[in-house]
Amino acid sequence: MSPDTLLLAAVFLPLASGPLIAITGASPNLRETVTVIAGVITFGFVLCISNLVNDGVQPAVTLMELVPGLSLQLKVEPLGMIFSLIASGLWIATSIYSVGYMRGHGESNQTRYYFFFAVAITAALGVAYAGNLLTLFVFYEVLTLSTYPLVTHERTEEAMRGGRVYMGILISTSVAFLLWAVIWTYHLAGTLDFVDGGILAGRADVPTLTFLLALFAFGTGKAALMPFHRWLPAAMVAPTPVSALLHAVAVVKAGVFSVMKIAVYVFGIDTLNSMGLSQWLQYVAGGTILISSLIAMTKDNLKARLAYSTVSQLSYIVLGAALANELGVLGGSLHIVTHAFGKITLFFCAGAIIVGAHKTEISDMRGLGRRMPFTFGAFLLGSLSIIGLPPFAGAWSKWYLLLAALDADQLILVGVLLVSSLLNIAYLLPVAVTGFFAPPEGEEGGLKEAPVACVLPLCFTAASCIILFFYLDPFLALARRIGG
Amino acid sequence: MIDQHLPILLIVVPLMAAPLCILLRRRELSLILAVVVCWACLSMAARLLQRTLSEGVISYHLGGWPPPWGIEYRVDPVNAFVLLLVAFIGAIVILYAPCSVNAELPEIRTSLFYTAYLLCFTGLMGMTVTGDAFNVFVFLEISSLSTYALIGMGKDRRALTASYRYLVMGTVGATFFVIGLGLMYMKTGTLNMADLARLLPQEMHTRTILAAFAFITVGLSLKLALFPLHVWLPNAYAYAPSIVTAFIAATATKVSVYVFLRFYFTIFGADFAFNNLHIDMFLVPLGLAGIFVASLVAVFQSNIKRMLAYSSVAQVGYMMVGVGLFSVTGLTATLIHLFNHAVMKGALFLAVGCFTLRLGGCELADLRGAGRRMPVTTTAFIFGGLSLIGVPLTVGFVSKWYLVLAALERGWWPVAVLVLLGSLIAVAYIWRVVEAAYFQKPDNEREISEAPLSMLIPTWLLIGATLYFGFTASFTGGVAQRGAEILMGIGS
Repeated sequence: MSPDTLLLAAVFLPLASGPLIAITGASPNLRETVTVIAGVITFGFVLCISNLVNDGVQPAVTLMELVPGLSLQLKVEPLGMIFSLIASGLWIATSIYSVGYMRGHGESNQTRYYFFFAVAITAALGVAYAGNLLTLFVFYEVLTLSTYPLVTHERTEEAMRGGRVYMGILISTSVAFLLWAVIWTYHLAGTLDFVDGGILAGRADVPTLTFLLALFAFGTGKAALMPFHRWLPAAMVAPTPVSALLHAVAVVKAGVFSVMKIAVYVFGIDTLNSMGLSQWLQYVAGGTILISSLIAMTKDNLKARLAYSTVSQLSYIVLGAALANELGVLGGSLHIVTHAFGKITLFFCAGAIIVGAHKTEISDMRGLGRRMPFTFGAFLLGSLSIIGLPPFAGAWSKWYLLLAALDADQLILVGVLLVSSLLNIAYLLPVAVTGFFAPPEGEEGGLKEAPVACVLPLCFTAASCIILFFYLDPFLALARRIGG
Repeated sequence: MIDQHLPILLIVVPLMAAPLCILLRRRELSLILAVVVCWACLSMAARLLQRTLSEGVISYHLGGWPPPWGIEYRVDPVNAFVLLLVAFIGAIVILYAPCSVNAELPEIRTSLFYTAYLLCFTGLMGMTVTGDAFNVFVFLEISSLSTYALIGMGKDRRALTASYRYLVMGTVGATFFVIGLGLMYMKTGTLNMADLARLLPQEMHTRTILAAFAFITVGLSLKLALFPLHVWLPNAYAYAPSIVTAFIAATATKVSVYVFLRFYFTIFGADFAFNNLHIDMFLVPLGLAGIFVASLVAVFQSNIKRMLAYSSVAQVGYMMVGVGLFSVTGLTATLIHLFNHAVMKGALFLAVGCFTLRLGGCELADLRGAGRRMPVTTTAFIFGGLSLIGVPLTVGFVSKWYLVLAALERGWWPVAVLVLLGSLIAVAYIWRVVEAAYFQKPDNEREISEAPLSMLIPTWLLIGATLYFGFTASFTGGVAQRGAEILMGIGS
């Protein structure tokens, strides 16, 4: 296959598997086999593309002219490569996990679920490979819409209300701010292409560009910068695999990825830095990191706590972009990887606890670790990675972010990062501790884990957190090449 | 031979076919005739657009009398585009007729329906094709009178009052229009548009011409439902038979907008309207007010048809903002939104017709659980709704793109913000339908089947157009931009 067809195949294969999933809906085994196989093939394609990228090839495809003069365009660059590897790789793990969870939890309408999941993956890969800002925006919106049926899967009153907040915030911010910013950029720069060094340098004065950056940063509601973060906790009404892949990996990472990509390829790191455009964003990100960590501590519902933890961790990546130096970009993009593995493990565990023990509140999980040792063990590993202790993957990204903050002489932000790690300890470790050490309530059951299809993926992702500490090189190599 | 007479055939064919429908008596025969005529007009309109794009302006002299004495039909890319739009909608919507008309109209009136439909079609095509100002008025009356009849055919008795109200308002509008024409004739002695454009500049600052300008502006604003002259519209749309609503919502106001553009830019001249009278200071605020007021009212409607009708008033607001921005990009936005809104609103009203047929009404409460009972129709409605919101890959996004770009080019960024915020209100009213259809339980346990294919196919054809022209706006955007340049007097 030529590089360009490979690119098309990778992005649209999940979408193409959608109708197949719908047709095979009558036979669950077949349907889920289709999903997993589609996931494996897609990941295979993405791996091939990453080999090409390592060899210096840049596959690019122009699809169609959306508006005269502006085309839908796919183009691979290192940052998008990182995101696409994570999204497509973890789709396989999530698909397997979904089989266990959705059956174990007795969910209805599973065909619809797998269908929209596949559509969402195409959208996420489209965001990753977007060759210009318009393409990014298009796939960003498709991602929002295709995940709405997933978030509201239960079709209950509560799901409806959660869905309303989800759609309300994501659509409002993207239409009112992001679209405005995109069209404005087009008006100022006359192009929307992603170019090394940015397209906005010298096109407008500092206040205008600062305002434009604010529109971009808050307009990508998926990055969950405060005060536009409420959709993420609201989306926790979704079935847990959705929370896991979409709200720890694909959707939220699409948001911070967009912020990073815009910072690097639309504004340009040098422009941001020399004009001091992003200083305020550092403080907004820092504030979000601390405040949402504090909110996370007050949550007893495990998924809600993880949601606020995600809000906090996402701002690490925004902070990396806002610091506007090479180390910041490096740390931020590595954090996309390391946080993805850590957080998906935690969500998988939360789901396994729901399926295996029907518990959602942390205070009800006393002693549960003895009955579910794999789940709680994995949870502990995931927590440690998020906290950033070596030898876990999370240590690296935090390390580079700290260096970046020092590089920018932002001692306050160094402090924020350190305090945040302590707060992570304070709200994540108690879960594992409660599970393992608190005396269990009621009868002491034997080993009673969630279905194997649930436990295997979470063990895999937990192990990956350690493995990635030693073998981060492929991602590191990609991250070093961001921005040319 | 036929090629040469296309402009007049577009009018004569449906005009002759209309009375034939009554003579045929049998409703199947009337239907077949109407379908054949509409599709023939569509192919002629397509050919005409193709010719104007390659050859430039086509001038046709009725009866061989040269203008300005004879009536001239004058086709350039602007009105060829609108002709194509009207013919396209007319051809698709007529396919919807067999089931819908039989279900909603008593048998005795079905032949009359096809007659009125073809007359309305003739009137709208005529308003668009003609190059003679008084001829516009004649066709305006043909289309209006047939529209009153079509609306009055609604099952609900309130259709009669709605139609009567439209008749009163529509007549006021048409009268104002003809008064304006009379004043212009008084000063120039001509009714040919090109001739008027040539003679008017010398008389421009006389009070007579100013009065003519005012009368024509108000008269056309009534017909195109510019806020606050829109009050006839919601009830007319809500109580008319479903197919009628779909047809007039997609075409009638659009043609009036076209005539408005023609008078402003070709006859009076952009310089007079915008640089001397600063009409933009009047159009943009009214357009924005229309967007916000009508969209907010739409949020609180319990009847889906009324909700979409108010949304139409808001959409006219977008078009007028585009005109008021007074630039090539702004007019491109208006022209492309003419087409885009026609396609998506037509599709939405057709989907509502499917709901009405099967669920017995189109109140929000009737739609509860429709997502499960009528999945194909509901999906169509949602795609149409997303386009109304302006989600990318639908036509609504393309319109919004041009409009916001035009506002930023003019340096009026608050207008850009308001346009974007206005589209967010659409999320609110569309989402009420989504939630009713998917999250609420139906009140009764009746077995409901999906709408018949003869209704679903036209609905999905328009949805298909909504998506296709949203995926790639090369054609619509290209033609609209060409048209905008002609209106602005750039290029030919």
